[in-house]
Amino acid sequence: MEEKRKKLALISSQGTLDWAYPPFILATAAAAMDWDVGIFFTFYGLPLLKKDFKASVSPVSNPAMPMKMPFGGDSFRNINWPMPNLLMSNMPGFEAMATNLMKKTFKDKGVATVEELRDMAVEMDVKMIGCQMTMDVFGFKKEEFIEEADVGGAATFLEFAADANVSLFV
Amino acid sequence: MSDLKVVQTLDTSGLSCPMPVVKTKKAINAIEVGEILEMIATDPGSIPDMEAWARQTGHELMESHDEGEKFRFLIKKTH
Repeated sequence: MEEKRKKLALISSQGTLDWAYPPFILATAAAAMDWDVGIFFTFYGLPLLKKDFKASVSPVSNPAMPMKMPFGGDSFRNINWPMPNLLMSNMPGFEAMATNLMKKTFKDKGVATVEELRDMAVEMDVKMIGCQMTMDVFGFKKEEFIEEADVGGAATFLEFAADANVSLFV
Repeated sequence: MSDLKVVQTLDTSGLSCPMPVVKTKKAINAIEVGEILEMIATDPGSIPDMEAWARQTGHELMESHDEGEKFRFLIKKTH
């Protein structure tokens, strides 16, 4: 198309499995629509740039999180299991269990993994910027990130976002 | 119609958002202008998503069918 390409600017600030999805889903969908896309990874979102990242999901502080069992009959699968925070936060292995359940349920529903979506985003030339300040604070090195990642600060992101059609903080 | 020649069929059955549009984009890149891609999906969100995708990319969504369990799209590459 001749007109100027649209632009999506995202800030990814959360690194848990559930919060890792929205930026990569939006980025790949926008890139599929010929938009220019940039994601600024900051604070807890920064580890999503790591070559080997392990996102997990914490039901703690996600009181509305429905938990469904990825096996059994439809009526069993459709039960929303209540997730009492006090119980979970004290139970060893609960987070790993919740993470595995979410991964299994997502897989059964045909949802790509976060890793697949990130690979797709890279392939579609989504610009990925790691926050330098967060790297310094949390002790990350650029070598730990995927090669396609750039490093920059707030000004770098803001310049990219200045003429974006859509800007979202996730 | 003799000019409705599908050159490729992309089956995204079982895949959910955003994969149908992402894979459609890749498949469109691989065909020539004027050629037609057939895309099959099971994601119920693919109907509004493919309509939006076509408006955004400028490719022509020639047909969009709800066939019950499956959705079928014909897309002509326009540029």
